[in-house]
Amino acid sequence: MATAIGVKGLTMRYGDFVAVDGIDLEVAEGEILAFLGANGAGKTTTIEILEGFRSRTSGQVEVLGQDPEEAPLSWREDIGIVLQESEPVPELTAGEAVRMQAGYYLDPLDPGETLRLVGLEESAHQRTRKLSGGQKRRLDLALALVGNPSLVFLDEPTTGFDPSARRESWGMIEALRDLGKTVLLTTHYMDEAEHLADRIVVIGNGRIVAQGTAKQLADQVNAQTRVSWKPLTTDPRPPDRLGAQVDETGRAIIETSDSLITLNALTNWAIEIGVPLPELNVARPTLEDVYLELTSDGSSS
Amino acid sequence: MIRHQLSFDLLIFRRNPAATFFTVVLPLIFLVIFTSIFGNNTLDNGAKVATLYVPGILTLAIVSATAVNVAITMTARRERGVLKRVRGTPIPPWVFVLSQALSGFVIAIVMTVIITIVGRVFYGVELQLATVPSLLISLLIGATSFAALGLALTTIIPSEDAAPAVTNAIMLPLYFISGVFVPDTEVPDWVGTVGALFPVSHLNKALQESFNPFAEGAAWPWDHWLVIGCWGIVCAVITLKRFRWSPNR
Repeated sequence: MATAIGVKGLTMRYGDFVAVDGIDLEVAEGEILAFLGANGAGKTTTIEILEGFRSRTSGQVEVLGQDPEEAPLSWREDIGIVLQESEPVPELTAGEAVRMQAGYYLDPLDPGETLRLVGLEESAHQRTRKLSGGQKRRLDLALALVGNPSLVFLDEPTTGFDPSARRESWGMIEALRDLGKTVLLTTHYMDEAEHLADRIVVIGNGRIVAQGTAKQLADQVNAQTRVSWKPLTTDPRPPDRLGAQVDETGRAIIETSDSLITLNALTNWAIEIGVPLPELNVARPTLEDVYLELTSDGSSS
Repeated sequence: MIRHQLSFDLLIFRRNPAATFFTVVLPLIFLVIFTSIFGNNTLDNGAKVATLYVPGILTLAIVSATAVNVAITMTARRERGVLKRVRGTPIPPWVFVLSQALSGFVIAIVMTVIITIVGRVFYGVELQLATVPSLLISLLIGATSFAALGLALTTIIPSEDAAPAVTNAIMLPLYFISGVFVPDTEVPDWVGTVGALFPVSHLNKALQESFNPFAEGAAWPWDHWLVIGCWGIVCAVITLKRFRWSPNR
């Protein structure tokens, strides 16, 4: 598959502060990639360098075959951008805003069709100032899509949203996959990255600390599966060979790298002496645990 | 592409109540108020008193349509991320900026026509055919230079909220010392001298020459055009050097 974005040794310094510290990255055409990281990790700096909004200190960057810093305006025909924060022009209706934007491209989509794509067709005649937060974000996406780009940048598309608005936005971003677009999104929500992206790149302190699918990331970390239950105070203690610890809430917890054998031993013991295992739970490490572990070492920003 | 953007910019102007009030309605209200307060007698030389006011009111309308509007609109667009989004599209940035200046020019022409007609019909203010070309040139140089002034102002305005305050804090005193509200024959010399440093008084004087009922021939106020043009060029250079596309946060 062809490469949409290629980055080698990308570095950005502001004085002594290193915002991006030698990032290597490749994004294939049609891939949905998430930049996951805390605020200040270097996500926005990186994406803005790829978008051609910022210059860089060093490194090679190629986006759709061009260096964003030197690309001609025609390069932008094929790129759609949803900024982290932007408002539509308040005096225009949603439909007019999309038509104005469509006029900037040589071969735009039909503005009405674009509004339908993001589910805003019923608000086409509404002034943008009257739109809700979620509707404004959909308009942002419509404005990014009306030029019919093959590559779409989404900088924190759901930050500040309530859960239902987030779900709605996720639906739209998933629709981009069906349209065959290459998507690069930034987020600091683990579940968002897990839900939307084919591949996740975890950024901390301007470096890539891990990358892969959600599952690969989980496997990469030595977080162990946790088997736990809440024994009654009258229950006999499990044998020491199981290695159970009781935490302050009274839950018995076994950390294990082989949950099958641990479970087998635990349930055999319980059946043998006839104690129930109330609230028995087996938890794989969540992406959140993985993320916290990956970004924990030495990061304060 | 510039026609596309211009048609939207004019639509946005029409839909903005503050902009239309200060640019279209307020100058007309001032014209009515001034002629009511000071009367519209016929002077000894046969001209109407309103002849003295019309150029001032026109100055107010042109400066408002260009400098004030451009400064407020462009600052708001910058702070709302509209400019940054436009920069992410294939439209050349200068087209977007030029369109904003052009829309000020179009509005200034419309206001010139309205004020000239109102002055003529209600207050008997004559405009000689011979001075129309000089009026148009004043309009062209004035609108372009004051649009550049508006763009230059955005470089010192930090936020959307500050835009109307900063713009008015600069423009209102200028109107008073530039003979727009008070004829410069009525103010102390030093006020006129200070006013003459700024372009507003020169636009006012250039327009006065066009509306001078005793003008002999075409009236070419070269000196005033020169001062306005120099201000415009300096402001254009400041804009080229310092104009920002990204929000100030």
